[in-house]
Amino acid sequence: MLYLLSRTASAAKQCTRLTWNYSLVSSSSSASTRPSLSMAALLTASLRQQARGFSASAPATKDITVTFIEPDGNEVEVTGEEGTNLMELAHENDVDLEGACEGACACSTCHVILDDKIFDELPEPTDEENDMLDLAFGLTDTSRLGCQVLLTPDMEGARIRLPSATRNFYVDGTKPAHH
Amino acid sequence: NSSKLGFPAFASFSTTRQLATDHNIAIVGGGAAGLYTASRILSKSPTTRIDIFEQLPTPQGLVRYGVAPDHPEVKNCTTKFNQVLQNPQVQFYGNIPVGTESDHECSVPLERLRSVYGGVVLAYGASRDRKLGIEGEDGCGSRVGVVSARLFVAWYNGLPEAQDVQLDLDSFDRVVIVGHGNVALDCARILLTDPNDLARTDITKRAVAALRKSNVRHVEMVGRRGPLQVSFTTKELREMTKLPGLEIICDRRLLESECAGEKGRRVLEASRPLKRMMDLLLKHSVDSNSPKPINENELGAGGVKGNKTFTLRFLLSPLRVLYNQVEEGLKAPQVMQFAVNRLSGPPESARAEATSEIVDIACCMALRSIGYASTPLVGAPFDHKRNIVPNIAGRVTVDQNDRNDLVPGLYVSGWVKRGPVGVIATTMQDAYRTADAVLMDMRDGNIGTGCRADIDNTLRSLGVDARRVSTEGWLRLEAYEAARGEKAGKPREKVTSVEEMLNIINQ
Repeated sequence: MLYLLSRTASAAKQCTRLTWNYSLVSSSSSASTRPSLSMAALLTASLRQQARGFSASAPATKDITVTFIEPDGNEVEVTGEEGTNLMELAHENDVDLEGACEGACACSTCHVILDDKIFDELPEPTDEENDMLDLAFGLTDTSRLGCQVLLTPDMEGARIRLPSATRNFYVDGTKPAHH
Repeated sequence: NSSKLGFPAFASFSTTRQLATDHNIAIVGGGAAGLYTASRILSKSPTTRIDIFEQLPTPQGLVRYGVAPDHPEVKNCTTKFNQVLQNPQVQFYGNIPVGTESDHECSVPLERLRSVYGGVVLAYGASRDRKLGIEGEDGCGSRVGVVSARLFVAWYNGLPEAQDVQLDLDSFDRVVIVGHGNVALDCARILLTDPNDLARTDITKRAVAALRKSNVRHVEMVGRRGPLQVSFTTKELREMTKLPGLEIICDRRLLESECAGEKGRRVLEASRPLKRMMDLLLKHSVDSNSPKPINENELGAGGVKGNKTFTLRFLLSPLRVLYNQVEEGLKAPQVMQFAVNRLSGPPESARAEATSEIVDIACCMALRSIGYASTPLVGAPFDHKRNIVPNIAGRVTVDQNDRNDLVPGLYVSGWVKRGPVGVIATTMQDAYRTADAVLMDMRDGNIGTGCRADIDNTLRSLGVDARRVSTEGWLRLEAYEAARGEKAGKPREKVTSVEEMLNIINQ
């Protein structure tokens, strides 16, 4: 029992979380419940939850490191939790990626360009994402909407290019697009 | 940041004390273009003071009055807009028209702003639209003729000045929409969507009531050219394919021959968006050349008698609107006559040439959706051919003796800069480029800082302080609309009169 406790309480965050859970149980436990059994149940549940990676405060969730390449060539290495989408990840790290519709797949401003290998390994974009990608400036064969791509362990080391958006619209007489 | 600007940026971030070197910028227009321009300037130069002037009491422009009510996710950009408006460096001057002396007595002259601010950005968009210029366009008696799609959209979105637009959704079961863009598709979709579904959006109460009463079952969207030249996008077409009980009809023979032809195949290979759209149309459309007989007793989805249909018509140019015609044995309220076109040239730049063949389509109302148009502002240059403010990458120019001279301290952003085309993302990028020009000029000393004391005096003397709606006033109106909406199960119930808006704001 104590051994289990010390193992899961090794990281500070886990310790705090465990303490919170424990105090919650102890304040609501009925007279017939033996505290040690509740504790064991809590620990098991906590471990299971961490394995699923839902908790934002549990470092046992896989952290994945990728590199954003900004339009001017500046490279920014960032680390994020599995399940974070690339747009959120960029915003968390002050990488200059827009997100007008805030991840609702209703614009193309979080457009990113991946390398072939990562692009091929990802699940296919939905029709809805492809419809938005159709409108993205500088669309490539390995383009995705950042808000629709979630970090997975397979993406460790991925290089994510932000397309250059600089263009003097229509000064050169280029035919405009849609609205 | 400070190294780029030449003066400490963060150190002087203070609302009570402004350095003499901090710039004062005015933006005319509180829509996406104006707000994204402000956002970009502040992100690179956080101590710049920005005053945003907007004719309506409400900011957001077409995001509020153009984006369809059933596209709420597109409006998520307003979170950022509100952040900009709440930035202590920003003042919102709603209900203050600028440069519209011909329309508004109390309009602030642009020259007054230019004399006290370091720079002025014109971001006032496009508030008119192009007319067809055909006989009978303006209606006859109780027949409405051709109504502006922009006004129809503004009507269902609650724009105060559009609330009394004359529509006819009752005297016949068909509406004709002239135009093959996304605005036209939005209109078609709103006309053909189950009003019960629309009732849960932020469409106005009055619009839902009118649409419930509507007898419209068929919408024909007519364009000058062919399938490969449409301007609408796949997302909006896909939404039509998902409307329950709706049949999509088009000339499949034309569609197939355009796509299979040598030129067509080449242009489809080069354009992924166009290829995906043609594939979608081929998959979901029914041939107009051999229509299924409509069984009058057959109930479509939702129990409505007969299928609703959406027909895409190609190669037709409007000639005139006729009234008091007898069409197919029925006395139709109005009949639109079209010339049949033939295409010439490559698909990318195909030209429509009229043949002598004529097609008639009976309807209760026609909508023209052939483009918005900007109008000139008193005191600013205007290119009447292209309907934009002349500029080079956002810096306003004036045509003097065949030279393009820069007008110092005057900039332009958004649709009034490039023409009324482009989604919010396009406008965002465009606004950023203009903002970068302003930032460069600020940094290089090419424009003055303006003078805050002079600004305050000028605005006070013009009575602006007394009339304006501030950010706080807008947020109060927004909260009121949200609360009213919640009672009705909608995101918001928009207030549709300026007078009522001001009453709520000034309470």
